[in-house]
Amino acid sequence: MEIFQIVSLGVVASLLFILLKDQKSSLAFILILITGIFIFLSVIQQIAEVFSLISNLGKKASINGIYIETILKIIGIAYIADFGAHITRDAGLSSVAAKIELAGKIFILVLAVPILTAVIETILGFLPV
Amino acid sequence: MLGEATILFQIAGIGIIVAMIHTILKQMGKEDIAHFATVVGFIIVMIIVIDEIANLFQQIKSVFLFQG
Repeated sequence: MEIFQIVSLGVVASLLFILLKDQKSSLAFILILITGIFIFLSVIQQIAEVFSLISNLGKKASINGIYIETILKIIGIAYIADFGAHITRDAGLSSVAAKIELAGKIFILVLAVPILTAVIETILGFLPV
Repeated sequence: MLGEATILFQIAGIGIIVAMIHTILKQMGKEDIAHFATVVGFIIVMIIVIDEIANLFQQIKSVFLFQG
């Protein structure tokens, strides 16, 4: 089971972090960064499968491709912003982390604009004006 | 997963070795060489990390952003 490997990797990395924290805190931080990257890389294949399933279902249900694509982009941006924010918060810079999260939210909003306009237009179409 | 664990241990090893070299050189009185060795060790680890970050971003681009 993959989950045992991931958990053991996390525990080993945290032990190494404690070992390195006193002498070289900079390398210890890099250790955390590498662990986060490895855990995500080991999961990304499953994510790709789930996303291909979602897009296939979307095609079958003849939903417009743009919506599915925007949703996946939003998920991607949300994940990366979250990853960066937590890493910088681990380094102790919570203000920078808040800025990263703010930027992520704004990018997601920008991506959501076309969907919002489409929804509003369809609603207006229903109303007997 | 095994490959990743080895890289993790390599970084930890480099960190410990650099710390030891730093303290040894400091006791020998060669302070500046100690700092120089620390910087070199740090650069080596940074190169490893940057490859991994590039790999991560490439994977994310392929999964999230382009295959809609």
